Amino acid sequence: MAPERIVLRFTPDTTEKPVIYRLVKDYDLVINILKANINPQKEGTLVLELTGEKYQQGIEYLRQEGVLVQPLIEGITRNEQLCTMCGGCTDICPTRALYIERPSMEVFFNDDKCIVCQLCVKACPMHAMEVRF
Amino acid sequence: MSTEKTYAEINEKIKNGKAVVMTAEELIAFVEEKGFSRATQEVDVVTTGTFSPMCSSGAFLNFGHSEPRIRMQRVWLNDIEAYAGLAAVDAYIGATQVPEHDPLNSNYPGEFKYGGGHLLQELVERKRVKLKAVSYGTDCYPRQEIETSFTIDEINEAILFNPRNAYQNYNCAVNLSSRTIYTYMGVLKPNLSNAHYCSAGQLSPLLKDPYFKTIGIGTRIFLGGGVGYVAWNGTQHFPSIQKDSTGRELGPAGGTLALIGDLKQMNSQWLRGASFLGYGATLAVGIGLPIPILNEEITNFAAAKDKDLYAPIVDYSDAYPNRKPGNLGFVSYAELKTGEILVNGKKVPAAPLSSYPGAKKIAGTLKQWISDGTFLITEPVKLLPNFNDQITANALKS
Repeated sequence: MAPERIVLRFTPDTTEKPVIYRLVKDYDLVINILKANINPQKEGTLVLELTGEKYQQGIEYLRQEGVLVQPLIEGITRNEQLCTMCGGCTDICPTRALYIERPSMEVFFNDDKCIVCQLCVKACPMHAMEVRF
Repeated sequence: MSTEKTYAEINEKIKNGKAVVMTAEELIAFVEEKGFSRATQEVDVVTTGTFSPMCSSGAFLNFGHSEPRIRMQRVWLNDIEAYAGLAAVDAYIGATQVPEHDPLNSNYPGEFKYGGGHLLQELVERKRVKLKAVSYGTDCYPRQEIETSFTIDEINEAILFNPRNAYQNYNCAVNLSSRTIYTYMGVLKPNLSNAHYCSAGQLSPLLKDPYFKTIGIGTRIFLGGGVGYVAWNGTQHFPSIQKDSTGRELGPAGGTLALIGDLKQMNSQWLRGASFLGYGATLAVGIGLPIPILNEEITNFAAAKDKDLYAPIVDYSDAYPNRKPGNLGFVSYAELKTGEILVNGKKVPAAPLSSYPGAKKIAGTLKQWISDGTFLITEPVKLLPNFNDQITANALKS
């Protein structure tokens, strides 16, 4: 059985629930955590590989707990031609992958920190953040 | 004796390639090192800049006549309606207009991927635009419909005319409610979790001439990558000096400009379609104003720093939409630029919507134009109303 790659997004309310423990104990899933992050606002993101027969039930459990489950796409890129370096994405990005260098106020994108939550894709007024499948 | 210079003297220096031109950022550093009076003697022109979404923007177009003629009662450009309640084949395309059948906010928050601002960008990029017009037919204008296409070079005039641009100052927007809100100030997270501001601060044109001592009707400016002019004060031009609850003065706010220029000589680096999730489409406009250093008072204003300039913090979940007076305090642009501010005792991440690197580039470009002798400064035909005119906002009765 090939592992499923997914992204879990947690609000401050759901961050503290022991969902990984439940996935192992109740749904017998094999879990490989690829990336994990909790920001100062307590919003969390997990990128996982999940394997197991009860995969669908596990996903259903996560949704019931209020966790947003998204398929993992390969990544996000910044279209430098379109980005005006306004900086409006930098407080939307939960991991500070998009950040402002001071004092120049130039905006940079560190894709090592990107957890592909895609919040920037919709929030960018110039549509400069693109999804790469 | 204090220095006094005239527009004519400064222009003479510009023509001879002898004018000393600095960006507002450079003036700040110069004043810190050499003081106000040396700066007033040595500097002739200070350039400012701003590059940010400005919704009250659009263009008058004249398409030329067809055979037979049509009066064009209603006009659509790439399915976006332009206002045609003018003479035959004139229309005004506004930056926030969206295409017919756009889902708007029916699938909230709507994406508004394409609108008048994007169309204006395509026009300056010389892309071909679809034109559809209908009319009722008259003896002199018998045709009742036309569907064709054009590029900006094939029509008679394309005049950018923005009734309200270059806001002197702007709110720092926050959200006190418990749900995410989607505003023209971007996505505001619940429970005071982020703050958005929209000004170039110490580079922003009207923050550097707070009493409108040099900016007026006819002032030649950088507009959308080309040359434009101040046409009038902008709509909602209510110049004021902000004060906090203790009466301390916190810099200017409230002024706006109406700007005009030939769209055909502008470019899409500085006129860019933009979309605000859940709010709508708009146009990011690049603007730069020259400030002639006529005397020391003007130097004082033009050298104002981010730490002297303040934005009011406003709740966009309730106070703004319901027009409730008051604010959550003031914050300086120096504090905003650190990326974190204190609101109601809470540390809140802050992000700009106005591009500071863009503003800097515009101020630098305008400096280059003036230094090259290709861009002369203009004495306004008439100065704009200022703080002393005490203009206040009227409200609609409902």
